[in-house]
Amino acid sequence: MTTSPIQLGDVPNEHGYRPFTLGGFRFERDEHFVHVQWPTGRHVTAAEPFLKAMMRDVAWNFFYGTVNFDSVIGTLNHYGNVDLFAGRFNEEYRKAELDHSENFPHDEIKETFQAILNDWVNEDFDPFAAPMETGSAYGEKSGNNSRAVTRTRVAAKRMVGLPDDEPLRSDESGYPVNRAFLDVDLDEPVVEVVKGYENEVSAFNFFGYLSRSDVTWNPSVVSVCRDSLMCPTTEEFILPIIHGNDRVEWFLQLSDEIIWEVEDRESGKPRAKVVMKAGDCAAMPADIRHQGYSPKRSMLLVWENNSPDLPGMIARGEAPTVPVTF
Amino acid sequence: MTKYKTIFAGLDGYEKGGVEVINDDPKNYVFSNIFEVASKAKPWEKVAVAKNQEYVLEVIRAEGTSSWRVTPHDEFAMVVDGEVVIDLLDPEHPLVDPSASGSIALSGEPKGTVMGKVIARRGHLALLPAGRCYRMRAEKPSVVLLQTVSGPDTVERWSEICQKY
Repeated sequence: MTTSPIQLGDVPNEHGYRPFTLGGFRFERDEHFVHVQWPTGRHVTAAEPFLKAMMRDVAWNFFYGTVNFDSVIGTLNHYGNVDLFAGRFNEEYRKAELDHSENFPHDEIKETFQAILNDWVNEDFDPFAAPMETGSAYGEKSGNNSRAVTRTRVAAKRMVGLPDDEPLRSDESGYPVNRAFLDVDLDEPVVEVVKGYENEVSAFNFFGYLSRSDVTWNPSVVSVCRDSLMCPTTEEFILPIIHGNDRVEWFLQLSDEIIWEVEDRESGKPRAKVVMKAGDCAAMPADIRHQGYSPKRSMLLVWENNSPDLPGMIARGEAPTVPVTF
Repeated sequence: MTKYKTIFAGLDGYEKGGVEVINDDPKNYVFSNIFEVASKAKPWEKVAVAKNQEYVLEVIRAEGTSSWRVTPHDEFAMVVDGEVVIDLLDPEHPLVDPSASGSIALSGEPKGTVMGKVIARRGHLALLPAGRCYRMRAEKPSVVLLQTVSGPDTVERWSEICQKY
């Protein structure tokens, strides 16, 4: 199905929230819930997990593959255009023919989602924050939190801390050490640079940098080796989306522990539980969906291959499902 | 207020998780532990623990002094245990084709200009810049995680390091 015009917010309802329409999809919220309607069905979900999921989808430019908000609603990235779907990756919805999918230009769906976040996120709620570090997503409309919902994802060109690249974090720049990382060593490495090599002799305290992250479940690019991206992130509570891989992705647990629930990407049937402790390294195959649970705020290195050749390989079915066989 | 303890791991102590299979093959997850890999590696061996087409993350057991190496592209060295000194040198003449993949070991000491050095401990990340030479030193067994491209001496022994059952 092709795209239809978007409507960015009608008249606010009795709770103060505007409805939004994108193609055949209509989004509404009340004090507690988000209601999504499409030509063949409807869905209701709690406002907090929905807004957290939509926030990641926008911040990550629809990421690699599928961003499932829950078992029904989500997006599928085709890199330049994006499917918004209901029930597409839910076996029972497909059997009942209640599923629905529409394709939109990237900028059009992003603009709509950003408008929803601008209107539906109240001033006390930060969708990127851990549960104990933010106010409530619920209740009548109460202001907005544009600072939180328009955060720019850190994306180093070469390495964080180099001249003309993404800056390091400090108390002074507004990044205090998180309450769960107060015991992390903040000493910087010794760097002795001969004049003229300031752009090349560089190092920084990567764990210290992560200890100052003000967001959860938001991988940011810290170092770039051709198309290989080291994207560390700090995790606490539950990954707000269920990520369906279209390519192999790697996790290296740097501290503490995350438990990953892994399901089949198409059907959602359980396949494995991956328990990762400090020093553990594991691949997520390209035919699964996964959701992580981090009991304590932890440091996770997400390692991605951002090769421009991959979308074509994926579209042609040529991308490998697993990284190595043995 | 809760007093949190952040758990890191190292050669002296690590607790490994694993793949608990429901309906899958654990080999699909290529699951290993970098400290277990380092504990069984020879000094300066470059053992791949993650691979995504030509790209790899290598675990290096740093112990003593490495040979000098030259890299055709940027590499990034994260010290994940111990302390490592990284010497950097700008070679007199180009020593590697910039289109090549992975760093290569050099015989002897290259001629060139000293660029500086980094003393990195656990959690520190250092740039190993493209076209330059580097050497690492570690007084005590330490562990480096290297972000790079698979090269001539990248070691792949997945069957030995990964969970199979």
